[in-house]
Amino acid sequence: MSATVKSGKDAGAMSGKDAGVKSGKGAGVKSGEGTGKDAKAGGARGRGVTAARRITAVRTKGGLSLRFDARATFVGLLLLAVALAAGIALIGSGDYPMTPGEVMATLTGGGDAGQQFIVQDLRLPRVLVGLLVGAAFGIAGAVFQTVSRNPLGSPDVLGFAQGSSVGALVVIVYFQGGTFAVAVGAVVGGVVTGLAIFLLAWKRGIHGYRFVLVGIGASAMLYAMVLYLMTKANIVEATRATTWMTGSLNGRDWDQVWPLAAVCAVLVPVVLLYGRPLRMLEMGDDAAYALGVRVDRVRLVALMAAVVLVASATAAAGPISFVALTAPQLARRLTRSPGPNLLPAALMGAVLLVAADWSSQRLFGADQLPVGVLTGVLGGGYLLWLLATERKAGRI
Amino acid sequence: MRSAGLVASVAVLAVIAVLGIAVGAKQIPLDQVWHGVFHYSGSDSGVVVRDVRFPRTLLGLIVGAALGLAGTVMQALTRNPLADPGVLGINAGASAAVVSAISFFGVTSLTGYVWFAFAGAAVVSVAVYVLGGTRSATPVRLALAGTALTAVLVGYINAVNLMDTAALDKMRFWTVGSLASATMPTVTHIAPFLAVGGVLALLIARPLNAIALGDDQARALGARLTRTRVLAMLAVTLLCGGATAVCGPIVYVGLMVPHVVRAITGPDMRWILPYSAVLSPVLLLGADVLGRVVARPGELQVGIVTAVVGGPVFIYLVRRRRMAQL
Repeated sequence: MSATVKSGKDAGAMSGKDAGVKSGKGAGVKSGEGTGKDAKAGGARGRGVTAARRITAVRTKGGLSLRFDARATFVGLLLLAVALAAGIALIGSGDYPMTPGEVMATLTGGGDAGQQFIVQDLRLPRVLVGLLVGAAFGIAGAVFQTVSRNPLGSPDVLGFAQGSSVGALVVIVYFQGGTFAVAVGAVVGGVVTGLAIFLLAWKRGIHGYRFVLVGIGASAMLYAMVLYLMTKANIVEATRATTWMTGSLNGRDWDQVWPLAAVCAVLVPVVLLYGRPLRMLEMGDDAAYALGVRVDRVRLVALMAAVVLVASATAAAGPISFVALTAPQLARRLTRSPGPNLLPAALMGAVLLVAADWSSQRLFGADQLPVGVLTGVLGGGYLLWLLATERKAGRI
Repeated sequence: MRSAGLVASVAVLAVIAVLGIAVGAKQIPLDQVWHGVFHYSGSDSGVVVRDVRFPRTLLGLIVGAALGLAGTVMQALTRNPLADPGVLGINAGASAAVVSAISFFGVTSLTGYVWFAFAGAAVVSVAVYVLGGTRSATPVRLALAGTALTAVLVGYINAVNLMDTAALDKMRFWTVGSLASATMPTVTHIAPFLAVGGVLALLIARPLNAIALGDDQARALGARLTRTRVLAMLAVTLLCGGATAVCGPIVYVGLMVPHVVRAITGPDMRWILPYSAVLSPVLLLGADVLGRVVARPGELQVGIVTAVVGGPVFIYLVRRRRMAQL
């Protein structure tokens, strides 16, 4: 099969998806609308595809091949650059401002002892936690949305975030525990919730639609517990709980970086390996199965990895809402390519979180408002803007 | 079969409504309930029935029906099983308005929140419709525009809550959702909105059936897509906005009940809507009664009990049956 044939297939897959988000029978937004949009916008999109989409396949003699999507690659590199730039800007801002040059010099071993201390011990870990948490939420959100075949399928909707919140709030309200205890509570809550949802949704395999519905039921119960704990707390604990649930990067140090980095180092590659089968899964179980995807195994492994990623990220920074929801949508709209867009989603999440932290410090002063306040505003606002411009461009 | 089921559900609802008046911190025998409602004589039981329990039960009835109808319409409109009325941003709009009212205008009474909440819900749902693309609105775009706007508003709500501890102290109780604010004037104020919304929702059952087939087929069958969408959003705003304004954001009734109903009735909206309108208040009032029994002499807010009771039942049903997909 030549590269041109491949790109032709891609174009077809994309137009089907862009219009209806997901096709095939089953959960989520139905494909009926997709056909309508295709018919209407088919001509324009056809032109757009040939003009904008350049996909080449690199092949080696040994039989390995690598698909290479120019726009997706460009967007990915751009997001990476923005994430790093935002990280450096964030390290440079605070009560002791530093220029990007000074930050770079200090990071590479230069700078005086004071700068070394500020960068290495105070600000770098915070930025790293931000980057890792954002990436973990972004990639996990992409997995959830792909498996549930629903653009609203995020960990908040499916109950995982509420599970972590219940764990953390129990520690805060009943035991007045410290930061570490709260993090442990969040991990336990998140993982137990994840396992419970898996077990309850399991019936000769995980069925996407059943998984979503069980998630809704679990999320309802857990959210009720969160509300109950909030009404039982005294006002000091309630404020602390609200800050935690909003999601904050204040005072994060290396203790938070290492566990999260280890989890990401193991699980992000696992999820990325499943990128291709996950993309097939978007066409529906039957089609994916016919194409040789082991549907149940892919779903199970990818979902478990995503659950652990979300739980660890939540433990480090709180259940920062809407990153997992908006980052994959934003990434998908920027790359305009089909499939879960795992890597762009992860990078987008990192950009969102660090940019939100930086703007929060700029606008309200250091550590006044937790980062979660601005992530929602930034991510939501950006998504609205993209939706509006897409409409003008006639892409959806 | 389906009409027999509907009659049975109405009977169950009637029993629960009577229980809702009889059961509480002070138990009232059934004959006293009858007298309190129809022959008020000024006795202690009569006062409790007429001024507290009767308005509360009435409110539970209409709010429950409103939430069920709004959720059903919302899921049909967006063709998304995860859509609850909150997806249009209604809950976030109402919450943002209430937190502003508390923090900036010093409103502290539950009855004072009502109009703020209603206005917030209305403004936000119009904004979602405009941002979602008015005429070119598709289900996905509406859902995404609603969640994006919700994200922005939740950021604002959290910011106000964190900077104004007094507001947080009020908000954490309003957010739970409760029927405790029921008085006869509140009920009569909000009832017309819910009634209009309810009639609207029932009237668009047929075009919603057509929309379930996809936009093209619906158009081919003669459904007017834009008009149906506008009417559906109007209905949801009136129903859910009104309900949220009086009781706070009770999310999961509108999300779970339509799924259960679809498993009973199949995909015909002309049956789903009336079933939802009857079974949702069964859940809501049942949860309210239970909340008063388990925590006597205090009470658990209905928003909490609904989810804790409804969640396991819902999961059980999901596992038992093959759920009808949207």
